[in-house]
Amino acid sequence: MIPTLAAIRFGTGLSPDLPPPDGAADLLARLDGPDEMAERFPVPDWNTRMDLIRRHGRLRRARREDPAAAEEYKKINRRLHTIYHRDLRQTMMRAIVTRDGLRERLTWFWAGHFAVADGGGYLRRSVAAYHDAAIRPHVAGRFGDLLFAAVTHPAMLTYLDQEKSIGPNSPRGRRGGGLNENLAREVLELHTLGAGAPYSQTDVRELAKLLTGLSVTRDGRFRWVRNMVEPGAETVLGETYGDETPNRHDIAAVLSDLAVHPATARHLSAKIARHFIADDPPADLIEAMTGTWLDTDGSLPAVYGAMLDHPAAWAPELRKVRRPLDFMAAALRVTDSGSELEAARGIRPLREGLTDPLTLMGQPWLRPSGPDGWPEEGTAWITPQGLAARLGWAMDLGRRQKPALDPRLLVETALGPLAGDRVRFAAGAAEDRAAGIGLILASPEFQRR
Amino acid sequence: MSPTLDRRRFLSLLGCSAAAFPLMTPMSFAALPSDNRLVVVILRGAMDGLDALQPYGDPDLAGLRPDFDVGPAAGAIDLTGFHAMHPSLAPLRPLWQAGHLGFVQAVSTPYRDKRSHFDGQDILEAGTAGEVPPLTNRDGWLNRLLPLLPGATGRTAFAVGRDEMLILRGNAAHSSWAPDARLDLAPATADLLLHAYHDDPLFRENAEAALGFAGSSAEDEGRKTDALFAFAAAQLRQDARIAALSLGGWDSHRGQPRQIARGLDALAGGLLRLRADLGADWDRTMVIAMTEFGRTAFQNGTMGTDHGTGGTMILGGGALRGGQVWGDWPGLAESQLLDRRDVMPTRDVRAHAAWALHGLFGVERAALETTVFPDLDMGPSPGLLA
Repeated sequence: MIPTLAAIRFGTGLSPDLPPPDGAADLLARLDGPDEMAERFPVPDWNTRMDLIRRHGRLRRARREDPAAAEEYKKINRRLHTIYHRDLRQTMMRAIVTRDGLRERLTWFWAGHFAVADGGGYLRRSVAAYHDAAIRPHVAGRFGDLLFAAVTHPAMLTYLDQEKSIGPNSPRGRRGGGLNENLAREVLELHTLGAGAPYSQTDVRELAKLLTGLSVTRDGRFRWVRNMVEPGAETVLGETYGDETPNRHDIAAVLSDLAVHPATARHLSAKIARHFIADDPPADLIEAMTGTWLDTDGSLPAVYGAMLDHPAAWAPELRKVRRPLDFMAAALRVTDSGSELEAARGIRPLREGLTDPLTLMGQPWLRPSGPDGWPEEGTAWITPQGLAARLGWAMDLGRRQKPALDPRLLVETALGPLAGDRVRFAAGAAEDRAAGIGLILASPEFQRR
Repeated sequence: MSPTLDRRRFLSLLGCSAAAFPLMTPMSFAALPSDNRLVVVILRGAMDGLDALQPYGDPDLAGLRPDFDVGPAAGAIDLTGFHAMHPSLAPLRPLWQAGHLGFVQAVSTPYRDKRSHFDGQDILEAGTAGEVPPLTNRDGWLNRLLPLLPGATGRTAFAVGRDEMLILRGNAAHSSWAPDARLDLAPATADLLLHAYHDDPLFRENAEAALGFAGSSAEDEGRKTDALFAFAAAQLRQDARIAALSLGGWDSHRGQPRQIARGLDALAGGLLRLRADLGADWDRTMVIAMTEFGRTAFQNGTMGTDHGTGGTMILGGGALRGGQVWGDWPGLAESQLLDRRDVMPTRDVRAHAAWALHGLFGVERAALETTVFPDLDMGPSPGLLA
């Protein structure tokens, strides 16, 4: 039972040919190793995309007068569109063939925690590159490093308006513009301390002043602009940072302190436990993780280890519902659909097979509805509409298996000891193989973890 | 799947699980908050109000739009001797004559100056006094209305369609459904699915609802928007009292004549679908079609119009005292325009929505002016209801 739970609760699910992790030690050992999937299934990097976006913007203005520009604009638009769908394919490919599923799951989790939504401008079809650059390399490191990388990435600076925030008494500020508190507020409320923590509007304001200078160049690169920095020291949660001389290390210092604040440790330990274990995790689990966080200065593998040490991590009851992305990845993995996905030509099969269904299930690709990311509770996902979309997609995936797998075997591969009598019966009694496969993927055991 | 099979499937599902299927239990009828119905249609992309309802009696209109068809002489349907409606709305003439169609001119949300679709729609749906709602914990005015309706349940209000409907987002429970998320299960497979779901209430109850909806929506034929309105009507005939949906495609910067005709065709078709499918309930129904802002008074260089401010609200339904155009007309002379480009709004679009809620559901004015629409002054009643 332990390897099965390790694969589905902490990984991307069972696979017909890749063995599940043995247990906690194996999960953590793989996480400590190299990130093989990012190398094997790369996506275009941030700067490549910024160059495309820059050209996209120029051509959009030029196209009205110039037919050649209009043609070029169409091409580049298509290119960006293709990248968006291929990003999802790469995400799925990583989940399908990995032996280190915890890394994928953590990447999704922390990408949701530091949510940035696809949109216009620098955020046009670029968010997957932010995930690969700022989130993924840090999911197995110190939380402070992850926090700094995410909060200072151009994607986040754009999404939460930091690049427009100007210290009112800075050289730039004296010519106009002003402070924007958006990022500072979300850093405290969402990224670190949590909404209920004891901080005040003054702390938000002071942090906003401290973050001034973080900005983005015209071609989408990070830049620190000395003459936007609000002069003088700022006090956040009683700690004083900086002086009259602008210094970017003050920002590193305040984020580093926030990363190991007791409220942050508690807020994020609870959030991790809610994500992996149960919508209402046991109090002593959160306690143990919080303690480890504080003892290790926010070493994430140590915190994951504390979670995996708790008996709740290995309770056979499946208390969580897989989110749509997680559900689709697990279904593609267990049906060994990787080669079909890799062989897909053009974006249409990707759009119809992955992107559109994900939207219908309620998790539009890279487009969370706000900086607070995706909902956690199962009831937010299993609605008549969301479930209908899952069922429709699962049945369709069943129909696409050629040659069709034998459902009586698949039920073992997909669920192992977790398969209940009812799903075993349904798998065996289905009117054809396709329906049997669909029913297994649609079963509560498969949609939960 | 044939319609007969669908119906049988639907009924057999009810038979095996009526207790777990709240749409059909007599208890839920007893708890209904009101007999009146409201349909809110968000026209996304900014409908050109001056083209939908053409104030052809204004001496400046024709000059501002020399290349557009304007007024009865160009095929529009005369309504008041001053206003004519766009030819694509011609199928709605009987509704106008019966008092089941009306317009509000020169209205807008309190949003000014920026003219962004996304912000404009967010403000329209959040019902704020002009500020863009915060990214986190934003909610919509229909959602804030629900706790004010005695006996409202999670099935009182429906968001219909695939679009995110901020207008219904929030803490109050509501339902949502996209008719094109069709579930096409063979009857035997559906039975096995419910067998597999038997011991898991979360999955069982939602699957029962999904299979029930899919059964009824499989009978809808025709275009996608028709299916949206048909689904809304089907829900409103049962427990639902409020439905919200989106119609897109109004952002007519180029080639407006063709584009707006397509949108108005769809809207007219939708209203007629509601009237047909609601049957006797049409007389207790009001439809509000609203858009994030209007468009420029003058046409641009590409046979279109650009983002503006004052716009037009379209009202329908048997509960309406229609056959009239509400609102003060500000005029179209250059000095009468906002920023010398847009129709000057003469009233907050939220006021009409608030009076509709007051009339349909008896919601107190004090709650409407604070909870539902913060900082709204409803002003005198426009007398929207029959």
